[in-house]
Amino acid sequence: MRKLIQFGSLPPAKADTAPGHDSAIGHVTGLAAYIDDLPGPKGMHHLAVGLSPHASARLLHMDLSAVRCQPGVIDVITAADIPGHNEVGAVYPGDPLLAENEVRYAGQMVFAVVADTLYHARCAVAHALIDYQLQPPALDPVASIRDGLTVLPEHIHERPLPPPALDRGAAMSDDIQTSGNVDHALEKAAHVLEGEQFIGGQEHFYLEGQIAQAEALDDNGLRVLTSSQHPSEVQKLVAEVLAMPLHAIVAEVRRMGGGFGGKESQAAALGAMAALAAHRNGCAVRFRLPRADDMQATGKRHPFHNRYRVGFDDTGRLTGADITLIGNCGHSPDLSEGVVDRAMFHADNAYYLGDARVTGHRAMTHTASNTAFRGFGGPQGMMPIEGAMDDIARSLGVDPLDVRKRNLYDNERCETHYGQQIDQPLIKELIETLEASSDYRTRRRDITAFNAKSPIIRKGLALTPVKFGISFTAQHLNQAGALLMIYTDGSVLVNHGGTEMGQGLHTKVCQVVARELGIAYHRVRISATRTDKVPNTSPTAASSGADLNAMAARDAAITLRERLVDFAADWQALKREQLRLEADGLLAGKARIEWPELIQQAYLARVSLSATGFYATPEIHYDRKTGRGRPFYYFAWGAAVSEVHVDTLTGEYRVARVDILHDVGDSLNPAIDRGQIEGGFVQGMGWLTTEELKWDAEGHLLTTGPATYKIPACGDAPRDFRVALLEGHPNSQATIYRSKAVGEPPLMLAISVWSALRDAIASLTDDRSSPRLDTPATPERVLMACRAIREARVRSAPSPREEASHVMAEK
Amino acid sequence: MLTLTLNGQPRRLDNIPAQATALSVLRDRLATCGTKEGCASGDCGACTIAIGTRDDRGEMHYHSANACILPAHQLHGCHVLTVEGLSRNDELHPVQQAMVDHHASQCGFCTPGIVMSLFCLEHQRRQQGLDTPPNDDTIDAALGGNLCRCTGYRAIRDAARAMHTLPGPAADDGGRLIATRSDGEGFYRPENRQELITLLSQHPQARLIAGGTDLMLEHTLALKPLPELIDLSSVAELGHIKEDDRGWWIGAGVTYHQLTPLLAEHYPAFHALLERLGSQQIRHRATLAGNLANASPIGDTPPILLALGARLRINGISGAREVSIDDFFTGYRRTALTEGEYLDAIYLPRLQGGEQLLAWKLSKRREDDISAVMLALRVTVADDGQLRDVRLACGGMAATSQRAPHVEAALEGQVFDGDVLANACKAIAEDFSPINDVRASREYRLAAAAGLLTRAYHRLARRHEAIPMTLEEI
Repeated sequence: MRKLIQFGSLPPAKADTAPGHDSAIGHVTGLAAYIDDLPGPKGMHHLAVGLSPHASARLLHMDLSAVRCQPGVIDVITAADIPGHNEVGAVYPGDPLLAENEVRYAGQMVFAVVADTLYHARCAVAHALIDYQLQPPALDPVASIRDGLTVLPEHIHERPLPPPALDRGAAMSDDIQTSGNVDHALEKAAHVLEGEQFIGGQEHFYLEGQIAQAEALDDNGLRVLTSSQHPSEVQKLVAEVLAMPLHAIVAEVRRMGGGFGGKESQAAALGAMAALAAHRNGCAVRFRLPRADDMQATGKRHPFHNRYRVGFDDTGRLTGADITLIGNCGHSPDLSEGVVDRAMFHADNAYYLGDARVTGHRAMTHTASNTAFRGFGGPQGMMPIEGAMDDIARSLGVDPLDVRKRNLYDNERCETHYGQQIDQPLIKELIETLEASSDYRTRRRDITAFNAKSPIIRKGLALTPVKFGISFTAQHLNQAGALLMIYTDGSVLVNHGGTEMGQGLHTKVCQVVARELGIAYHRVRISATRTDKVPNTSPTAASSGADLNAMAARDAAITLRERLVDFAADWQALKREQLRLEADGLLAGKARIEWPELIQQAYLARVSLSATGFYATPEIHYDRKTGRGRPFYYFAWGAAVSEVHVDTLTGEYRVARVDILHDVGDSLNPAIDRGQIEGGFVQGMGWLTTEELKWDAEGHLLTTGPATYKIPACGDAPRDFRVALLEGHPNSQATIYRSKAVGEPPLMLAISVWSALRDAIASLTDDRSSPRLDTPATPERVLMACRAIREARVRSAPSPREEASHVMAEK
Repeated sequence: MLTLTLNGQPRRLDNIPAQATALSVLRDRLATCGTKEGCASGDCGACTIAIGTRDDRGEMHYHSANACILPAHQLHGCHVLTVEGLSRNDELHPVQQAMVDHHASQCGFCTPGIVMSLFCLEHQRRQQGLDTPPNDDTIDAALGGNLCRCTGYRAIRDAARAMHTLPGPAADDGGRLIATRSDGEGFYRPENRQELITLLSQHPQARLIAGGTDLMLEHTLALKPLPELIDLSSVAELGHIKEDDRGWWIGAGVTYHQLTPLLAEHYPAFHALLERLGSQQIRHRATLAGNLANASPIGDTPPILLALGARLRINGISGAREVSIDDFFTGYRRTALTEGEYLDAIYLPRLQGGEQLLAWKLSKRREDDISAVMLALRVTVADDGQLRDVRLACGGMAATSQRAPHVEAALEGQVFDGDVLANACKAIAEDFSPINDVRASREYRLAAAAGLLTRAYHRLARRHEAIPMTLEEI
């Protein structure tokens, strides 16, 4: 017999209940490789793209002959060179890989150049001569809605959807969710307030820009390395662009240098482009977008124009709400159906709205197609009701926290405006705990006293809640697969459909497998996500990575565990009940058999040591015709208290202290979950404060790099940052070990920063009027809001206490 | 030819073009791919490396720098430490161990740069004999040029505070550094003024480079070729600060980092502003002279130098001359420098008794951002309360940094009261007609400049001593 591998080739087991990121050591030593770090296959070429300089134009004529003659160039590719479909739209058509006949945004990919180096490819691009016939671009989403320019056709509720031939921009598309009779409720209400807000978009600014590498294989297949949250979609779109069967394409993702939704649908174009170039030239091609190209070519978080009208009683309790959300989708549908849906689903945030109407519009503009971004419309959808809570409180002269608490979902008022029952409304208890632990009331009093004596620097405080629905709103995406293999030394290799973008998914999945098999964590290793190991996977998105994939991996582990127990029962002549896999071995009655020995015996007894696993989320459904259903398996809850200090002479501010209490059910890994909460919060803070996207009047993006687009730096993160996980509340639904998803929900905790800024500005009056503060609330917007509210006050009732100099400075 | 020591190993490289960045050499020629490109513009810090040089006593000093905009030839003779060079025999360096222990990496792409910035901080602190955790300001300053999109920074700060307590191997000390005299490949490294002037006449097309933190963007972002570069940072005489009884001559090769102690002692307002100028990595390389010579309308230091009444020494093929800073900027990105000339040194006049310098910068983000508005004011408050010798300049308000004659006139000889302030604020719009651009609107610029003037009023009038007037005072 051939010798089996000796035991002890792995280090001895040690307890590791909350291991760190599976690549942490690779990260800090530089050994964790991203696609651009890999040595290329022999003869690898590089690709660069020519981007449209115009937002809307007809493509009349392309002369690329000079491009072909540049140093190092080996190929120039246009839409005419695509053998299959020139289409990389994720859900609906509308996203050509390369522009054909027209360009629909400045930054759209028009042609590609393949050269020996990236520098040569990029330099060659500049030599194209292209005639465009300019058309006036649509750049104002509100005007687009008025003019009937939307990205989705009228009969969107009808499924199955009519195939391609999308008549873009021909029809209005509203989705309406109603409960009760909102017009009647608003008419009857003791008080009615209305407001309007612009919520800016957000660039993902993943530190690793978009990249893919494709290699033509010797069997007419293609291997695509992609920095994508959705390798199955890369596989599918490569196949469609090249008119090849799916089984000839392997898409692989080891890790991404950040994704945040930006690599959910929009990474596919890079994979398809690299694959096309590799296929044509029979070589390997790497396609990396330099930062400025990346920022121009790919979509961002949807900007929203929101309007709200709320009715409430003398205590601030809502009786009705009419909320309109206009999402700026960019030039094509991409994922905008789901994004605006999710905005609508979160228009209530954590509050019972009373009778309600929520209307969602999907406006078309000639800009890059906006896409998934952590929260997927949820954050934008929550902003109106959070603004309204503050407005109501100031109009009644009470603390905004009291108005919020009065309106929270509870066991009686627990049906959302789309008809879903909330079975675990943790928010009241959570807020009360945070209110106490953050010392909210004392600090409120101190801040009021401080503001009364501080004419220039004002402080603001706000506590805002988050309720975030977990599940893909597209039902079929709520499934996952896994593949588990045990080798004869007892080492375990797991593969699943989820991708690692930094969120620690691989670590959590390994933990689950180790726990299910009763073995030490270090025995489990994870490999790159590959479409030839687990097929037909869903994007790693909607916070669902661990919920879905850990369940699938657990399913596979259970299969293997049962097989091993069956085998051991025979082998040891014991009943199954006398056998347990735990503490890195088999407990068989009083005997203990080490895990590697068990595995070797099972192997010799010809027991299959690999298994697949599968999971589909139960119980969810949603009917878009009626706007009712249960789109979410459960909700994750959280709340944050933010304190800001504002310089009312310049608009500059600081987030001084943040307290967070967040619900992750029973945490799978508290260290990783805390990292998600803190990172999500700071990213949300950036969205609402300094991250400003600007376009010129012709639709060119002006903020194309970190010199002009400012994500939070170290000094922006709150120095006093107190984060706690809500304890003692396992998920009421049967999720993986009763945990809850944590990727997206914390982002919206940052709404407390925006609310605190408004609070500080409102203190310039008698706290009875609410400043309009569009986002991002840059120092400029904050200063202008300060001036507006002061001027309004001076006009209405000049106060002798007002510092004369302030007013003078503003003249 | 380029010779350097990389992670303790001597390396000799040929055929490195003048414009080649350190990052491209590390990644493409030396296959050390731990150092990442995140932006190619020196803004994100993923490419941060540590550059080691020995002082006169042979002690190694490291400073962090952005490899993505650093000309590779400037690494000549240095010890370059990258993230691959810190751990020894599978044992992590304390900085790396602290990052792992505190779960301070998520996607990991920014991590090598953060590790290298923290390494430089840790190394400097050990050299200074400090065995305490760095405070928040120190950490923020060290990491201001390292963007992380995942963690929210708390874990990284915790790692920074813990790193000094951990055992672990010291990084390679670089051994004996090799520095073969080398020119060629279009990158010229004159060692003294005479060589510099000779090169200027021999290579009239060559561009001058010091820190390169602005110039290199022409290559990395705009893909412009930079075939010939003359490096001012290697000219011995330009690396000095010379004091006389009325002020200091700052050589064109002096970096902000080298300038810091002088500013801290003599110009606290300038020093405070320096913390908001670029990032640590940038301040380690960039020079005051570069900030003037590129004549950007949004340079941070020109308004201060205008307010101070700095003088500039220009040198070149046809000899040396001095100009006032008032005459240096001649238009948008244009200066009084003519062909064959270079900016040799800047004279900072010492503040005389009673003179005060106030200077503030406003930007969207506190760290590593370009100013939307800068305001600098030098003034003497006489015993009778009158403002004398007022020099006030703004940046971000016009095509160049400019003095504000109407505002100065509104203040000169006045006792700074509410009426004077109101007049001065009104005068801002007479002096400046700012534009809307990506950083700010015209309205904001005007309003914010008035806000800063109001801040100056509160400062100089010494009213409200007990009331916080800036965020720093809370």
